[in-house]
Formats: sequence, C-alpha cells, structure tokens
Amino acid sequence: MIDTEIKITPQVAAEHGLTPDEYARIQKILGRDPNFTELGIFSVMWSEHCSYKSSRVHLKRLPTRGTRVVQGPGENAGVVDIGDGLVAVFKIESHNHPSFVEPFQGAATGVGGILRDIFTMGARPIAVLDSLRFGPIASEAVPRGKNTGATPDDIARNRRILDGVVRGIAFYGNCFGVPTVGGEVLFEPCYAANPLVNALALGIARREDLFFARARGAGNPVIYVGAKTGRDGIHGASLLASAEFSEESQQKRPNVQVGDPFLEKLLLEACLEAMRTGAIVAIQDMGAAGLASSSSEMASRGEMGIELDLSRVPQRESGMTPYEMMLSESQERMLLVAERGREREVFDVFHKWGLDAVEVGRVTDDGKLRLLHQGRVAAEIPAHALAEEGPKYERPIAPPAAARGSSASALVEFAPVGSDLTENFRRLLASLSIASKYWITEQFDSMVRTNTRVGPGSGDAAVLRLKETKHALALATDGNGRWCSLDPRLGAMHAVAEAARNVACTGARPVAATNCLNFGNPEKPEVMWQFSEAIDGIAEACRALDTPITGGNVSFYNETLGNAIYPTPVLGVLGVLQDADNALGSDFRGEGDTIVLLDAGRGPASSAVQQKELSSSEYAKTIHGIVAGAPPAIDLDDERRLIECLIALANERLLLSAHDVSDGGIAVTIAESCFGGEMLSAHVDLPPLPAGEPAEAAIFGERGARAVVSISPTLLARIASVAAQYKITAQRIGTVVRGEFRIQYNGSPIIRGDVNSFRKPWSRSLAQAIEGA
Amino acid sequence: MKFGVVQFPGSNCDDDAYHAIGAVVGQPVEFIWHQSESVSGFDAIILPGGFAFGDYLRTGAIARFSPVMRVVGKFARSGGPVLGICNGFQILLEAGLLPGAMLRNKGLRFLCRQVHVRVESTDTPFTCAARQGQVLKIPIAHMEGNYFCDAITLADLERNHQVIFRYVNPDGSAAAPENSATNPNGSLAAIAGICNRERNVVGLMPHPERAVESALGSTDGLVLFRSMIESLTRRAAVPA
Repeated sequence: MIDTEIKITPQVAAEHGLTPDEYARIQKILGRDPNFTELGIFSVMWSEHCSYKSSRVHLKRLPTRGTRVVQGPGENAGVVDIGDGLVAVFKIESHNHPSFVEPFQGAATGVGGILRDIFTMGARPIAVLDSLRFGPIASEAVPRGKNTGATPDDIARNRRILDGVVRGIAFYGNCFGVPTVGGEVLFEPCYAANPLVNALALGIARREDLFFARARGAGNPVIYVGAKTGRDGIHGASLLASAEFSEESQQKRPNVQVGDPFLEKLLLEACLEAMRTGAIVAIQDMGAAGLASSSSEMASRGEMGIELDLSRVPQRESGMTPYEMMLSESQERMLLVAERGREREVFDVFHKWGLDAVEVGRVTDDGKLRLLHQGRVAAEIPAHALAEEGPKYERPIAPPAAARGSSASALVEFAPVGSDLTENFRRLLASLSIASKYWITEQFDSMVRTNTRVGPGSGDAAVLRLKETKHALALATDGNGRWCSLDPRLGAMHAVAEAARNVACTGARPVAATNCLNFGNPEKPEVMWQFSEAIDGIAEACRALDTPITGGNVSFYNETLGNAIYPTPVLGVLGVLQDADNALGSDFRGEGDTIVLLDAGRGPASSAVQQKELSSSEYAKTIHGIVAGAPPAIDLDDERRLIECLIALANERLLLSAHDVSDGGIAVTIAESCFGGEMLSAHVDLPPLPAGEPAEAAIFGERGARAVVSISPTLLARIASVAAQYKITAQRIGTVVRGEFRIQYNGSPIIRGDVNSFRKPWSRSLAQAIEGA
Repeated sequence: MKFGVVQFPGSNCDDDAYHAIGAVVGQPVEFIWHQSESVSGFDAIILPGGFAFGDYLRTGAIARFSPVMRVVGKFARSGGPVLGICNGFQILLEAGLLPGAMLRNKGLRFLCRQVHVRVESTDTPFTCAARQGQVLKIPIAHMEGNYFCDAITLADLERNHQVIFRYVNPDGSAAAPENSATNPNGSLAAIAGICNRERNVVGLMPHPERAVESALGSTDGLVLFRSMIESLTRRAAVPA
C-alpha cells in the first residue's frame, strides 16, 4: 500500500526542480505516479549536485586509470597505492553555495563532509587543504580610474564571508584533530556574491583495510550510526547547489546544515574501531541527500535492494515524515551494512563512544529501495534507477560571441627601458592574492598528529610524513580562474601543471589528482563551452604529467543575479616522496647560498606574445587594472621535464630550497623565498632571454616550467649537469644575502630597497584589510 | 617506568603524546580510557590536548567529571607526576588540581604558531633536566589559552615559584605588556605553564609533544619528557 496523501502534479514536480521530461521518466520507471516521498527522493538523487547530469558526458574524457590507482571516481573518494601496503585516500569537494548563505556553518560542514568521505573508506584523515576564493575585502587602489565595482557594503560583506569561512574551517578541523596544512586564497570581484570554498581531505589506510559502499548479503542488517536526524539541511544539496542565487537566497539559511566536529571525531574513532571487528560489510556516509543517497547508492553498487523501517531512525524532533527523514542532511551520520549475527560487536563499539547505533533495515535481493513507516510502505523505488539512471544531458555548447580579453581589449604597455619598478613591486607584494596568508593559516591547527614536515607558507606543497614508513606525501591545490576566463582550456592545463610543479618542488613525484570544477549555470551554452574546454585541458595535462583524476566534484550554478564566476577548475595533486628526509621547503636557508633558475622552456619569441601574456598576469591586474590577453603558452613536455629534474635533484639532496615561478613572476618567487623567517635577502641579476624581453615581462611574467632553487655554491656544476640530462637550463642568477634586496635585469638595477620595506607590505596587508590594523 | 596518556572523547593529541613517549623517547606508554577507575601501575600521567567533550560548556568543564579524574586526583595527591598539555591544562584547572582559569585568547581567534617560553623553575619532575632560564621553541594551538587568576593567587604563584613557563622573546627577554607577538594569547604575567604547590602537577598551553623531532621544526619539547624520566629514575633509586 503506497502512501499518496499529497497529490502529485507536474506543478509539484517542477517545484522540486524536475523538468516535465524527468517527471515522465520517473512515471515510466515506477509504472505509476510517484507519491510525495518518492518524488522528493528522485528530486534530490537526480539533482545536478548528486547526479552530475550536465557533466557526466564530459567527465568521461578525463583519464582515471594508472598503475597506482586503486579506486577511481565513483566511490566516496579516490584511492592511490603509495607503497609498503599503504594507500592514500583523497578527494576535493565544494561547499560554495552554503558558504555564501551561512559562511561559518557552510565552510564547517564542507570540511566535515569531505572528512567523512575519507574515513567512510576506512582511512584515517591526516590532512586538509582549502582552496578559497573571495570578492575584494579592501578597496585596492586601481590606476587609471578603473573601478572594481566594489562598494563599501560589498567589501564589508566580503570580509564577513571570509571571516566566517575561516572561522568555520578552524572550528571544524581543529576540533576534529586533522591538520589544515595548505591550499590557496585568492581574491577577484567575480567571487563577491559567490565565494568558492573547496575542501580537500587526505587519509591513509592499509590497502587490505579499505571499505567500500557496496551492500552485500540479503538479510544482512542495515545499521544507522552517529547523530540523530533532524529537519536541518532538507534539500541542502539539491536546492542550494543546483540553482543560481537570487535576491531571496539569504532566506535559504535554514537549508544549510549545522556541523558538530566533536560528534564527527567520535564517529571517526568509532567507525575505524568498528571496522577492525570485521563485522562490517559496507559503509557510506550520509552527505548530500542523506539517507536517500546512502541507502540507494549502497544498494545500487552492490546490485541489491535495501528495506528501511523509518520509524526506527533516531530522530531529533518528533513528527518527522518519511519525506523529511529521507531528505534531511543532518551531519555526522553513517549508514552501514553488518554481517547478520554480529550486530552486537558493532553496537558495542558505537555505544562505547556514546553514539547511536540502530538497526533500521536489511539488505534484500529485489533491487528496490523500500521504505516502511508506521507499518505501511511509504516508498518503493528501484535503487539502481535512483543512483545510476538519472538524466544525462548533452547541453548545448557555444563559445562566447566575443571572448573576454579578446584582442580588442587594451593590453599592458611596457614601461620604458631602464624604469625603476621598485614601487610597482611593493604594491604587487601587498596585493591580497600575493600577500602572506599567515593571518588565515595561523587560525588553523596545522601540526596536530605531528606529521607536518612542510606546513602552510613554508613550501610549494604541504608535506606529511608517514610514521609507518620512510615515505612522505605532498599535496598542493591550484587553479587560476582569471586565466580560465581568458582561455578555459589553457587555464585548466596550467592548474594541473602548477599543482604538479608545486608538488615536485618539495621533491615528491606527482602521482594522482582530484578536481573540483566550479562553474556557472550549465544551461547557458557559453558556460558549458567553458566546462567542456576545461575538461579537455585537464585531460590533456593529466595525461602528459601522469596524474590520473581519481575523483572530485562538479559545482555548477555559481551565479548570483545572472553573473557567473570565472570558470574555476581547482586541481589537487598528490605526490609521493620516497624519503621524507628529502622534503624541501621554499625558504632560502643561509647567507651566501647560490640562487639558481631552472628553466625548461625558451620563452615567448615575440614582443607581441610577451605583451599578451603579461596582460593576463597578477601584475597587470594589480598595477594596471588590466585583465586581458591570454595565459602564457604551455608546453607540457617542458613541465614534465622540469618535474623530473626537480625530483632527481631532491633525491640527490643537491637543493636547499625550491619554489616555482607563478603568480607575480620570478620577482615574487625570489622575495617569498627571502621572507621565510631567517631575515634573509637576495641580490639577483637576471640575464635576458636570447630573443629579448622587456624587464616587466622578465621579472613579473608568469610563464610556467620554471623554478628558483637555492644551493650550496660549490654544487653549481653538479646541478647544471643533472639539469642538462633533462634538457633544463640551470642558470646562476644571484646570491642569498642580508639587508638590501636587489633585482637587476641585464646588469641594471630595477628593484632595490631594504628587504624589510618589501617584507612589511607583504606580511601585513591581509591583516590590515580585515582588521583595519 | 610506565606512562599513561588519558583519552577523553574528543582528545586529539593523545596519539601525538603516545608517539613522543613511545617512539621518540622510547619509554613504555599506554592509553587510559576516561571511564577507567584505576591508574595503578602507571608512574606518570599525561592529560593530552584536544577538545575533550567538544569543549562544550567550557574547556575542561565536562572532562573533569570523567571517572578517571577521581583517580588522577588521588594519584596527584599521593605525589605522582601529572602533566596537562593544552586541553589537559584546561582540565587540570577545572578539576582544581591547578589554580586559575582560562579566558579566550585576547584576539578571540584560534592561534597555531611556534612560540618561545622560558623555563622559570627547574625543581619540578617536568623541568629538572632543563636549565633555569632556558628558552624553548614549542608550538601552541588553542583558542582559550589566556591564563587568568585573581591578584592573591598570582602573588601566591609568584612567591612560591609556581610559574614554570613564561612566554618570552626568542632571546629570553620578557615580553613587553600587550605584545601579542610574544605573549600571543594575552596571558596574565605572560604565564604559559604553572605547577601546584607540591610541584608534581604541571599544566602548560604549548605542546611539547609536537617539538620532539628536528624534522618537525624543534626538539625543545624533549626536555620535559627527559625530565620526567630523570625524576622517576631518581625516585626509584631512593628506597621509600
């Protein structure tokens, strides 16, 4: 007997975000009209967020296989073999929409969600990274009367968002006891009403201890563990992350979930302990779409059915309907399948940790998700239809009529030869995307679990030693939305290349990647074009650098009032260091050390190309208010050879520090290596490229496949000979000193001043912008 | 000689303390579950950092009622060495085993950074291997580390040399008042750690267990663990 109290009409279906076609398909699958509960379950499972209906056809083009890949996309997280019987489990996920509506809880539950994805697979989380994008938080002086459009109210709101997001991440990660070790924080006007909060978590497990979310064994009990179910977060994922924002979005605050990191910590310990009993068959966390997705996905993956008696679900409030229970996104809950007869072992562990553990149903062999409530069948749907048979769209694709930054836009005019660029450099160092992020990172516990060898700000990637072995893992996230808006394919390739290069700068070999694809409304052909281009860019770069994609997440509808964000694919790349003691930081180490530029490419041939490339740089944006031209051309073979060279040099312990050239160019790279606490400075004289290059392009250009390393002076010849094996030029460009910071180009000084006059604007700018301090 | 590391629900530096004692210092160590009603067989007890009971109500306010705290109190009163690190320090304050209380950090934000503390007194089981005035580089990671007590208690602490660690500049000189770079949380008298009158119970906000391996940036925390071993060895050598 199916409950059909609320009459289902196409209108009700439309209110659930289902199109007429989708509704017709539901009717066909069921062979009848759905009831209200069933409609609700279909609507969340087939939402953009859960079903990937707009992205699936494109995601297929990503490389997902590799010799180290144990589990690619499709499980709760990707799994990579790291040797010695250990696996790394990692994934990045977005929580953009909730973080705009309620920054603190939105960011906190973003961290909580990704942590559950890791430990539901049997891995203990050992690190979190956060890739964050905000709107302007200060009215940065923009030259030539250009206006970023940020009003004082906008700026105040953006600060509140940043403050809430940072506190939310700190609140959750610090209490849970996982170190927050890295990520990025960037600022662009397009993220003002749509911040990006992408959280990446990494865990480790023994390979044979991995758990999967595949229900097995008809008759086995289905057990609910963790927090009670409340009415919070109903439609959190489907509703918030599957539509654009309008002026009423603030009213959606009740849809945002509320996090309790203490409960999650207990859930972690209890789950890992219960897994060790051997009584657990399958387990999946309740994230987006809660009980609906965990039950139907576990059933579908195992080609089984699941029957739940909803009256038994632990509830936080009375009178909850089946609809509310199935769609609730209350946090810190898990659903597991245990071996019949061994329930007691599981219950005992959870009760020891003070957590609810209740048998709420059983595995069946009829392939159906069947819900019982108060003695009646409240819903009955083929599980596979929910999890796998959602709509897939080949949405229309069209390049934008006039690509942003087309040749019509003004490009940077190079300063006359011999210009002093000292003041421009100071302003660049103080720009918030480049300035020190210490004010943010010191609010995160980056050291708990005592594995952090290279933490926030001290290396190009975070490095975690593994106590069980000599190995270490390196992790970096990167993504340049501005570049992707100018050329999504090239920009996406750079995101992969930079993350991999950052990992290699620590001495680690990049082995796998995870991606978080943040885009606008997929129903707009130009957004779908950006998406498709970005996928092709990621695919090509990941193939070339041998870093298969093992998982991640797509976040569409990042638009408010019709304004889309920059297309922003964020790449997380994981690397393995064979010997943790070879890990390299980015800070110069001692006076008298030699500074060497490793360069795998030959640079742009013509002045016109140099001008276009500089126009897309952080320098052009900060100093000239120009966002135009094109990202630097990329040669993936150059990137690959530089990575191999960095690994070889680190393995031979020939380097003292390594830092890649990226935002702000080589001048910023060198300055950042000076600012690391040892009160060091540098004297540098850059030789021009064979083809010639204006000073600004040479020192602020962001061409890839380059890194600045510091070495003991006696090792220059040795390093050059190793580099030559990879066809890399290793050129001595300067010396680590104390006191004056000086950069010469082709013999003439263009930047000079006391190192502290550069360090101060860099180190203070973010705190000043936020606290007015 | 056996060390015990108490595990409360929400402790998250328990593994780190265990690793420091077991793998780095090489001493026998076992966890003690918070519902345990006995600590017999242990020679020293560590209350580790973390967020016991989620820091609900107040830091340490619920943990002090865990059954294990009754026996830890007894152990302390009988002269057994007890070290509270960060959240463990907060629990010792709530349990009345140490005087004073914690306020939120002056900046109202969680802070994780390397700090410098000066050893103010070496006649405790946790500092006996250190030099008087020795400066230790050890990280902090807390939201509530702003030590506070009334004027009489502070005068008592100073008179009895119960202030064991103070936040100082890297060269060991005293922090200027209001200098948040040196005294990061605004603690009264720049207090980073204290002991009880009997000197066998010490609490400190910095994390010595995070500073025991040069690969992680500092080994200055080792002196606390070495001191404990030294004092226990000495005690064992003296017939009771």
